[in-house]
Amino acid sequence: MAMNSKELIARRVALEMKDGDVVNLGIGLPTLVTNYLPNDVSVTLHSENGFVGLGPLAGPVDADLVNAGGQPAGILPGGAVFDSLMSFALVRGGHLDVTVLGGLQVDERGNLANWMVPGKMVPGMGGAMDLVAGARKVIVAMEHTAKGGAPKILKQCDLPLTGKEVVSLIVTELGVIRVTPAGLVLEEIAPGITAEEVVSKTEAPLIVSESLSPMKGV
Amino acid sequence: MNKVRKIDEALASVKSGMTVMIGGFLAVGTPLALVDQLVKKQVQDLTVIANDTAFPDQGIGKLVVNRQIKKAIVSHIGTNPETGRQLLAGELEVELTPQGTLAEKIRAGGSGLGGILTPTGVGTIVEEGKQKISIANREYLLELPLRADVALVYAHKADKAGNLVFRRSARNFNPVMAMAADLVVAQVGEVVEVGDIDPDEVMVPGIVVDYVVTEQGGAI
Repeated sequence: MAMNSKELIARRVALEMKDGDVVNLGIGLPTLVTNYLPNDVSVTLHSENGFVGLGPLAGPVDADLVNAGGQPAGILPGGAVFDSLMSFALVRGGHLDVTVLGGLQVDERGNLANWMVPGKMVPGMGGAMDLVAGARKVIVAMEHTAKGGAPKILKQCDLPLTGKEVVSLIVTELGVIRVTPAGLVLEEIAPGITAEEVVSKTEAPLIVSESLSPMKGV
Repeated sequence: MNKVRKIDEALASVKSGMTVMIGGFLAVGTPLALVDQLVKKQVQDLTVIANDTAFPDQGIGKLVVNRQIKKAIVSHIGTNPETGRQLLAGELEVELTPQGTLAEKIRAGGSGLGGILTPTGVGTIVEEGKQKISIANREYLLELPLRADVALVYAHKADKAGNLVFRRSARNFNPVMAMAADLVVAQVGEVVEVGDIDPDEVMVPGIVVDYVVTEQGGAI
């Protein structure tokens, strides 16, 4: 049975988590990651509006407790609540192991653009600029190309950046690409996909890893 | 000392042209009755400092829809299409600020600091016009303090001396904003007597809070 793109991406990203990691998941696709964590991996989720221990809504809605997307949420035993200062001190201070975000564009230097399209869409950066500046590992989880097939993985982002040289790993429905000082390295490819296909849908030059493997976890 | 006031009395000195900080994150932890009072007062040309502009029919979003804001200093406007429309049409000035930077700028304003240094935004358009300072081979932006004429905050509970207790994710920007304005008004879910809140449980000391308003807007 064919797995949809989002599930495939989320399953692969889930394998990047280590037991005990403190993780911030962006709104949308990244939040699916928790559905696919290996059984022996437990992570603590950080919600930038002010707590760790984010969990699913369990019980009645509490008007004072939402996730960073404003949706009713739960807080797990052992969780902790704090204000925005502490929340972002945790982010910038290196206390988050991983952040997973969506992207509009990523380029071969690991620059990320995901917060505005000038003249068209200006939602604002929210906490994203702090997250990419401070988290120890930044994973971009996104579809490989834009609607219509335009590449999103570029030689150089032309949209305003969210962070400069911040991305470690790009996971798409086509494969897994690592950002290295030598450039972008294609390390894994999705079932039924060839390396040539990934290269053709990527504007930035891709170095195909000598140990190229099938995408893990899918 | 009893700081509990009726809502119109607490906000009597708020005038057009003022800078107003408003707590909350997507309207959670926003003092909705105080914001509604600003709508009722029809004060204009406000500079609003907040995390976001919420939704068109809720919280700070109402001030946007009602055209009472001249400038918004916020981290996110994506949930309020009217803010985006006014921005793109040139009708509203929006200074988008990274969320953690916004919190620290307010902290600086309320803590007697001349600014803060953050790595957030280096290499992005956020750095435009700002001084960059290199410390131990890492670049930081100098972000200057923010203060306001008025801070409107929400707390779960207060005593009559204004000591505040917050609950869950409704805390967010409220504590730091309570430090950074000339007039601080707290809308609270419950008012208790002085002494009923253990000093160890107080999250914002009442000495920085001028007035306490209950959700119903009445005085106790």
